[in-house]
This record gives sequence, C-alpha cells and structure tokens, in this order.
Amino acid sequence: MTASNTGRVWKFGDNIDTDVLAPGLYMKGPLSELAKHCLEAVEPRFAKDVKPGDIVVGGRNFGMGSSREQAVMVLRELGVGAVVAPSFAGIFYRNALNLGLLALVCAEASQIRADAVLSVDAANAELRDLDTGKRYTCEALPAHLLQMIADGGLLPNLEKKLKIQRSKEAQA
Amino acid sequence: MVQKTPMTLAEKLVARAAGQDVVRPGEVVTAKVDLAMMHDSGGPRRVAPMLERLQAKLWDPNKVVVISDHYVPAVDAESAGILDLTRKWVKAAGVTKFHDMQGICHVVLPERGHLRPGLFVVGGDSHSPTGGAFGCYMFGVGATEMCGVLVTGEIWLRVPETILLHWTGKLGPGVAAKDMILAMCAKLGMDGGRYQAIQYAGDTIAGLSMQERMTLSNMAAELGAQTGLIAPDAVTRDYLLAAGVPDGEIDITTWHGDAGAKVERHDFDAASLSPMVAAPHSPANSAAVIEHKGVTVDQAYIGACTGAKINDLRMAASVLKGRKVASNTRLLIAPASVRTTAEAAADGTLATLTEAGAILLSSGCGACAGYGAGVLAENETCIASTARNFKGRMGAGSSKVYLGSPYTVAAAAVAGHIVDPRELLS
Ligand code: SF4
Repeated sequence: MTASNTGRVWKFGDNIDTDVLAPGLYMKGPLSELAKHCLEAVEPRFAKDVKPGDIVVGGRNFGMGSSREQAVMVLRELGVGAVVAPSFAGIFYRNALNLGLLALVCAEASQIRADAVLSVDAANAELRDLDTGKRYTCEALPAHLLQMIADGGLLPNLEKKLKIQRSKEAQA
Repeated sequence: MVQKTPMTLAEKLVARAAGQDVVRPGEVVTAKVDLAMMHDSGGPRRVAPMLERLQAKLWDPNKVVVISDHYVPAVDAESAGILDLTRKWVKAAGVTKFHDMQGICHVVLPERGHLRPGLFVVGGDSHSPTGGAFGCYMFGVGATEMCGVLVTGEIWLRVPETILLHWTGKLGPGVAAKDMILAMCAKLGMDGGRYQAIQYAGDTIAGLSMQERMTLSNMAAELGAQTGLIAPDAVTRDYLLAAGVPDGEIDITTWHGDAGAKVERHDFDAASLSPMVAAPHSPANSAAVIEHKGVTVDQAYIGACTGAKINDLRMAASVLKGRKVASNTRLLIAPASVRTTAEAAADGTLATLTEAGAILLSSGCGACAGYGAGVLAENETCIASTARNFKGRMGAGSSKVYLGSPYTVAAAAVAGHIVDPRELLS
C-alpha cells in the first residue's frame, strides 16, 4: 500500500457479516476459491469486477459474526485497498489491521456515493471524491499501525522489527 | 487547580496500561500487557510455529499462564498429541504458570491467584472478558495477536466507550446471574456491546458472589463487548485473599469510574426478573422460562466456564435434593475445575448431585463446544448452563440447545422437560 491510493467505491449496507465475506460453504477450499465468493450474497459482480485498490464502503457494524481471519484475507486476496465504514465489528477490525488491510472508521461513510472514485490518504485519515472534490474525514490511525499495515500486517511487521534489532545487536 | 476530566473505569485501566494520564474513547493506544493467558486449543499449537518463523522468545515467561482445558482428558491420539505438545512447549519456553487438566481456563485463572484489580490482561479465548469481574481489563485475542503479545509484551487497542448496565433490586429465589445476562442479551442483542467496554453496576451486582459476577463478565462476549467490567469491592478482596493473593496487592479503592464520566446507561430491575431460557440457536433468543415450558429434553448439561462453578453446583443441588433425574433424560455435570469438585465434595453438594442420578464428568470444556464427552446426537434436545447455543456447537448439526441457569437446567432434568425451577424450590 502506498501512502495515497485511488480506487472505485463498492458500497454495501449495514451488518455485512463474516459469512457474506467468507462463506462457510467454501471455507475448506483454498483462499483463491473462497475469494471468488466474497460478498456474492449481496453483490454477485463484486468478486469478478473488483480491481486492485478499490474501496469497500460498508454500513454500521461491518464484519460482524465470527472471528475467522479469512473474512479479511479474501478482501486482501482480491486486492481491496481499504475498507471504510461508520463502525466495524471489533474482531474484524482488529483482524483487518493485523493482517494488513486498511480499515477506516468514517462517520460520514453513508454519504459516499456508490461508484465514486476516491483517493485514500491513510496518513491523514482522509478520503477525497475525485469527481466532486468532497472530502471525508476518518478517525486517524497512529503511525505505528499505519506502518504495520504497510508492512503487510502484524507478523511481517514483527519480522522486520526483529531483523533490524538483531542486526543492530550483531554490529554492537 | 485544573479540573480533571472524569474517566470511566475502562478508561482508567487502559490509561494505566498505556502509560498515559488520560485516554479518550476512539483514541488508539499501545498498552503494556501484565498477563497473557492461553489454552491448549488456541495456545502453543498455534503460536509455536509463528514464534519459530520469527525466531523469537517470550517477552517474559513469568507473565504467561498456560491452562490445558479444551482437549482434557484426551479422547483420541490427536487430542493427546495437542496436550503433549502443550506440555513440551511450556517446559521449553520456561513458562512455570502452567495448569494442566485443573479445570477451565477462565475459572482456574482467578482461582489460582493470577488476577487482581488494575491488571491489563489478554487471553487467547473469546470468553476472556471473565477477568473483568475482578476489575482487570481483560479481553480475547486470536493466535496472530497472541503471538505479537508474546514477543513484544504489548498490544494496540482502541479506547472503548463504556456501556453501563445498571441493576437494582434483589433477585428472587431460583433466579441467578445467568438469568440476568440472558435478559440483557434479549434486550441488547448480540452486537449490543459494539465491541466497547461493558460495565455492570448497581446494588444487585454488589450483592452477587464473585462466581455470579464471573458469569456476567464471561457472557459480555455474547453481548459483543470487548470486556465486561465490575469495579472491585470487599467481595473481590475476600475471593482473592482466599486464592492466595497478598492483601497488599489487592487495590479495591483506585479502580472505579468517576462520577460524571460519560457512559451509555441501561437500567434493569432484578426483583421482577423471572428465570430465563435462550432458545436455539442464539443467546439473544431469550425469554421467560414459561415460554418454553414443556419442551422435552434428551440431556441436561451443567458445565462450562459460565455454568459449573461451585455456586452453580450448589444451585443445582438445591433443586435436586431428595429428587431423581427423570427416566426420559440424563443429567451430565462437569465441574468447572478440580478445586470446584473438591469443594463440592467437602460440603456435601456432590453427594446430592450423584444421589439424584447425575453423571459426573471431568473438569474441562467437555461438551460445551463439542470437544469432549457429552455431545449430542442428530435431532436431540439439550438444556445447558453453558454460554452459547449456536447451531451444532454441542454435537450433531440438527441438535438443539436451550440455555438456562443451573436451577433451570436441574429442574428440567427432574421433570424431563423445561419447567420454571421455582416450582421445585418452594
Ligand atoms: S467451557 Fe466452553 S465457553 Fe468456556 S472456555 Fe471452554 S469451550 Fe469456551
């Protein structure tokens, strides 16, 4: 993820659950197969037409349901650049950031137009509608979490930190 | 003098762990973890490969507690292997706070004196909010996050808003904490907690034993909250002293919310509460027991971190005393911990249960999530004192689970069908 990227908006309603994101029926198969069914219950075109960098805009309580990490992994697999919602289910939100998917809490998310093209400025927690110029302010994420997301999630982030620490120790 | 902005209990606990004077809801902070708890299912077998990939050691083996409870005792070679891996890993990692087959983690953790007010604790299990009953900020995390905690001793979190669930009045006979939490699930729904901090308060809560409070905090998970706090008081202190925590380490004065701190408050009346039952397949599907009167049960199960502590067994015994389990059903009881069994044996509770015809099972998660003995066949109906009745959780996919208090479960075992336990108590 770059500091700022651009993508088309895919808009969804309230309470999009982890079964809609990662349907239980396909959970035993490989991630690439599961991803083909992501959100199909509410938008059959999504998995086929979504482009890398596109932005999923949800309603309240996005990602409710089980703690399955696959609900985040499928969005990553499809190249989704960010998920924006007025509120997230807690475990989904934690999973998203820990697995390297930018999740932004945006009180005005319902005002974002379906099919709009937005630029995402993660560092400043701001979205901008490229056609109308309208800006949306999101809740800011601290630098260390932005770095973790940029690294691809908690484990790669830790791996990197430990490597730096070890090479410093080796030099000392 | 500068007027200090009032803070909630949750904010005070998070602020301390984050090393800040003040925190505000919505703010993301990094907290230092005082204690990390894992069990055999989500613990070593999941985090060991990650730690290996990182070639990392534990940040502090003294701050890690491992409790084997899910696959105990082993029922096949696979579960035996998981327990074996857990024992070997604990040894290699230098973890000395290891409780092997001593009971369910959420009950064993406070019972062995690991908790005290003010601590910031993570657990590798969704019912970790149980620790909130002791005035700890405790919540559940997945294996990836647990690995992060084990390496760094830190975790990020979004400072929660506080939802205050305020109870006044005295519970009637045959009505328990389980009925309170089922009533709250019915009213607020399973996402009513919005992953914020729930705090239980009011004179009803103050009058509850530690075990009853644990039932409320445990099922904050069913309300979708991150944690379920109760401000510590003399009841907390007495429990912890008995668990061997030194008096000097039990601070029951600091960990309270300030008057005027911003909370979302909901009020409940204990005196008018009747026994509750959650119908399949959600704890939020709760209504007064009377609504389900007459539903026949193939099995009655008293078990789990939620519903098999010493007071739960005593509730069941008060119904079962001098009675027999109905011939069309079976009553299985899995005490929440080895100490619970010992206590129940010492005060005669156990004899009452077995004389009534209850079948005693080992202390562990058992049938609660389908891990151990006592699972259900296709189309069977069970009433259980557990926390969750999701589809297929206790066995076959078509089985049905009703949830109730130990009074209600014991009464159903005697009648062979769901009844109001108060009919058997008078
Ligand atoms: S007893 Fe049930 S709810 Fe409690 S930790 Fe075990 S599986 Fe989870």
